[in-house]
Amino acid sequence: MAAFPPEHELHKRRLGRNVGVGVTLGLFIVLVFALTVVKVTRGDPMQAFDHKVRPEMATEEGQ
Amino acid sequence: MSDIRAFEQPGEAGFGDYVQLLKPRVMSLVVFTALVGLLVAPVTVHPVIAFSSILFVALGAGASGALNMWWDADIDAVMRRTKGRPVPAGKVEAGEALAVGLALSGLSVVMLGLAANWLAAGLLAFTIFFYAVVYSMWLKRSTPQNIVIGGAAGAFPPMVGWACATGSVSIESLLMFALIFMWTPPHFWALALFMKDDYSKAGVPMLTVTHGRKATRNHILAYTLLLAPVAVAAGFTSIGGPIYLTAAVLLNAWFIIGAWRIWRRDEAAAEADSYAVEKSVFRFSLYYLFLHFGAFLAEAALRPYGLGGW
Repeated sequence: MAAFPPEHELHKRRLGRNVGVGVTLGLFIVLVFALTVVKVTRGDPMQAFDHKVRPEMATEEGQ
Repeated sequence: MSDIRAFEQPGEAGFGDYVQLLKPRVMSLVVFTALVGLLVAPVTVHPVIAFSSILFVALGAGASGALNMWWDADIDAVMRRTKGRPVPAGKVEAGEALAVGLALSGLSVVMLGLAANWLAAGLLAFTIFFYAVVYSMWLKRSTPQNIVIGGAAGAFPPMVGWACATGSVSIESLLMFALIFMWTPPHFWALALFMKDDYSKAGVPMLTVTHGRKATRNHILAYTLLLAPVAVAAGFTSIGGPIYLTAAVLLNAWFIIGAWRIWRRDEAAAEADSYAVEKSVFRFSLYYLFLHFGAFLAEAALRPYGLGGW
């Protein structure tokens, strides 16, 4: 059985790149989750316009 | 047996090369000034929202850096200072730099809008547009005033930071903008005086090349004199105070003395001491900006203890 060819420097660089992208995406998910938690717990508006009348969203005049 | 080696490319980019595409050193200045803009604002921002906002501003700055590297790859390859950048070095393809720049521009603007507010996001989008299109594509190669107008792109971050916190534009954020805007020309022209070969080789119309070195020395002095009242005026607004005002007066006096020393020299004197004065003024200009924004921060940090501000 042939031995595995020795790992090329290119493989290390590709692994580094893949790990880098993976970690970045993971951190982005954590950040979006943290932002969501903060916005929800602070009571920021949870609804937005979605092509339907939403009376509960209307602000009274003068407000 | 098929093997990945069949597709070997000696110049294949690593993760670090993509990070280099975002100009991390420029990004650090953007992060610092945007953070100061956000922290000195008279509104308390939740730490997670503040962190996210600064991160997305930095990402937007990085995106404009990548777009700049895509567009300027031809002249970057000629200049000693820039030929090691990922695109001219052959590590990242120009098309990839464009894709990274466009994708991160969209992501950073949308995320800043969702994290902070849409005024801040709009200002960030305008900054990216200004740096990539107005400066890189239009002004840089067509006018020796490229540095003056292009300096606006670097001046926006504290305004974006302020807008993240307050949702508005005010005299304070406009003065922070003006401070960087007026500082940029003397800073870069001092650099251009002792990096002359690079810009002329690349055909970039720097003032030193188009109008001569004496005119550049005149311009440095003129802009430094115009910068001083802007910097001092910020000391009389709500973000200023005795610490800032003292720092501003001293730093501007020193900067004007430096600019005057550059102005009264001729080329023979400059070459005789290898541009020692120009180099020292350039170095000082970096501290100048850092210390002004540091003083804004000091005023804001001491305010809760009744020490900062007026």
